[in-house]
Amino acid sequence: MTTESAPKPPPQDAPDPPLPAPGSAKALARARRRRSAARFWKQYRAHRSGLFGLAALALIAALALAAPLLVGDDVQNVTDAPGGALESPSGRFPLGTDQFGRDLLGLLLWGTRVSLAVGLMAAALSVAIGTLVGILAGHFGGWFATVSMRVTDWFLVMPSLVLAIVLATVLSHSIWTVVLAIGVASWPTTARLVRAQTLAVESRPYIERARALGGGHAHLMTRHVLPNVMPLVLAQTTLGISSAILTEATLAFLGLGDPDVVSWGGMLQDARETGAVSSGHWWYLAPPGIAIAVVALAFTLCGRAIESVLNPKLGVAR
Amino acid sequence: MDSVSMGSTSMSTTRSPAEGRGPDGGVVRSGPPSPTGSRGSGPRAAYLRYGAGKLGGAAVSLFAVLVTSFFLFRIIPGDPVRAMTHGRQVSSEQLMALRRQFGLDLPVWQQFTEYCAKALGGDLGTSYQFHAPVGELIAAKFPATLLLTGVAVLVYSTLGLWLGTRSAWRHGSLGDRVNTGVALTLWSIPAFWLGLLLIIVFSVGIGPLPGLFPTGGMESGNETGLAHVLDVAHHMVLPVTTLVAVGYAQTLLVMRSSLLDEMGSDYLTTARAKGLRDALVRRRHAVPNALLPTVTMIFINLGHVAAGSILVETVFSWPGLGGLFYAALSVPDLPLVQGLFVVFAGAMILMNLLADLLYPLLDPRVAR
Repeated sequence: MTTESAPKPPPQDAPDPPLPAPGSAKALARARRRRSAARFWKQYRAHRSGLFGLAALALIAALALAAPLLVGDDVQNVTDAPGGALESPSGRFPLGTDQFGRDLLGLLLWGTRVSLAVGLMAAALSVAIGTLVGILAGHFGGWFATVSMRVTDWFLVMPSLVLAIVLATVLSHSIWTVVLAIGVASWPTTARLVRAQTLAVESRPYIERARALGGGHAHLMTRHVLPNVMPLVLAQTTLGISSAILTEATLAFLGLGDPDVVSWGGMLQDARETGAVSSGHWWYLAPPGIAIAVVALAFTLCGRAIESVLNPKLGVAR
Repeated sequence: MDSVSMGSTSMSTTRSPAEGRGPDGGVVRSGPPSPTGSRGSGPRAAYLRYGAGKLGGAAVSLFAVLVTSFFLFRIIPGDPVRAMTHGRQVSSEQLMALRRQFGLDLPVWQQFTEYCAKALGGDLGTSYQFHAPVGELIAAKFPATLLLTGVAVLVYSTLGLWLGTRSAWRHGSLGDRVNTGVALTLWSIPAFWLGLLLIIVFSVGIGPLPGLFPTGGMESGNETGLAHVLDVAHHMVLPVTTLVAVGYAQTLLVMRSSLLDEMGSDYLTTARAKGLRDALVRRRHAVPNALLPTVTMIFINLGHVAAGSILVETVFSWPGLGGLFYAALSVPDLPLVQGLFVVFAGAMILMNLLADLLYPLLDPRVAR
């Protein structure tokens, strides 16, 4: 899995090269950042499954970006579709056609864009809310923390899928609704993690130093806490994307997605409604599901690899 | 997970199996009671104080759910009457009559107090679609969901614990990597898709393979006694398989990491030094300690399942709450959706509370 067998030697096995003589504070900071990025990458590379996930993601992202070149915009067009309805896979249509005669391979490629976009935006929204609430609650403490953590708990007990479904039902059906529904339903975990991390960071002496030098709340939160929380947030985002993609597919399958946009979940819904199940048209049903699973798995593998680099104890433990 | 959420997956809550859960389970906590309680003494008093705190927290959460459900369905969709009569010709008198019937002509705060009072008394309104009280509809469908998801949780918790233990004990081995890899892959699969695929392969049949299992529903009818039990079990095979396949990863990963945490402990070295066999060290010493966080998670899963099986019940036409939710969504039958929302969230709160109350009995350090 993510970890190799033996507990890894401590990360600093090869001492980092000494920093070059600093030209200025900024140059020093840049050099430091570069060095820690290199160190991060070196440790990430040790996780084979993480590398596999990263490669899969690169490929999928390339496909999504190239989709307009590969299949063209008119693949979604219902009116003059190239094939007959529900054709089996053939040389011309490698995955067959849907009920309108559209090329399923083209739709699948096109759906990559929607799934990735919704997954990324929803995870970004959820993590943004979570990070904001978490940092504010961790930094200010007192009644603000009590209230905001109470609110977080309220959201935590609501089954997130149900909340997302309900939001998508009462709001209009569009991509933005889906993004909003997933984002709003899934932020509390991040908020709790970030708050814990913020508390840990703020107990360190350099925060006291920054405060003594006259750093205000905004300075402390954006310059000191945020950069230290970022790696955790990154891992959380990566894992969040995979569940956002699954939730998006679920919502689309329930008919709550944007009816004008082709997505993988929507394709599965179409397949079910045209009777692909009872007539055994597995070629209509299988590819979108496999695509969802591959993308979700790739993000999960990356997220776990990042997590175990950031927290080596976790790395061995997982 | 669905759990997933999703849940997690929430997915539940979120469906992330990788997210660490402390002994807390990471869910509702109303802060640990202060270690230096002045009133009362002894473990019993500490436990009572702890329990009262949890109970209060659960009550607040339940109230929050009521507030959320009220505002979600009254405020956001704008005029519920307009949504109800969407696309139909209605006169303004009819609109007024409908408003009066649903109490929508009253001020919002009055509607809210009325709603809360009714909901606490078990009255969740009347379904537009079935013209029956929501409470009755839910009560009628509840046993089917309980049966399906209860069996599924039992199976996947057992499976997850067993595989997780094996994985952790031989961590890093080929078996461990295959184990975790398979679990993660299955966890990434949308449950409803797996269900559809299982139906195609095992119910409809592919090529020479005949349909082995029924495509959906809970019973074929007319059997009684043992034959009926077997019939229901036959209908349950595919939905339970789906739920287990998608759900066991979380238990496996939590058990694995919590057992790995224990594995470096000194008491295991002591146990080995006493000359205990490896299997005995694992069974008697390591696993019971590692089980603690997992127990909380199983309860949280139980809370999730009612909501988590929405898709699976829909795909397999299982006559439970999930199927009812889907039917309500497609109208949309707002009172029914709202009632189910309250019930799903209430199940979560109840299970969290049970986990919280049970946990100190398993691990006395928590309630101190």
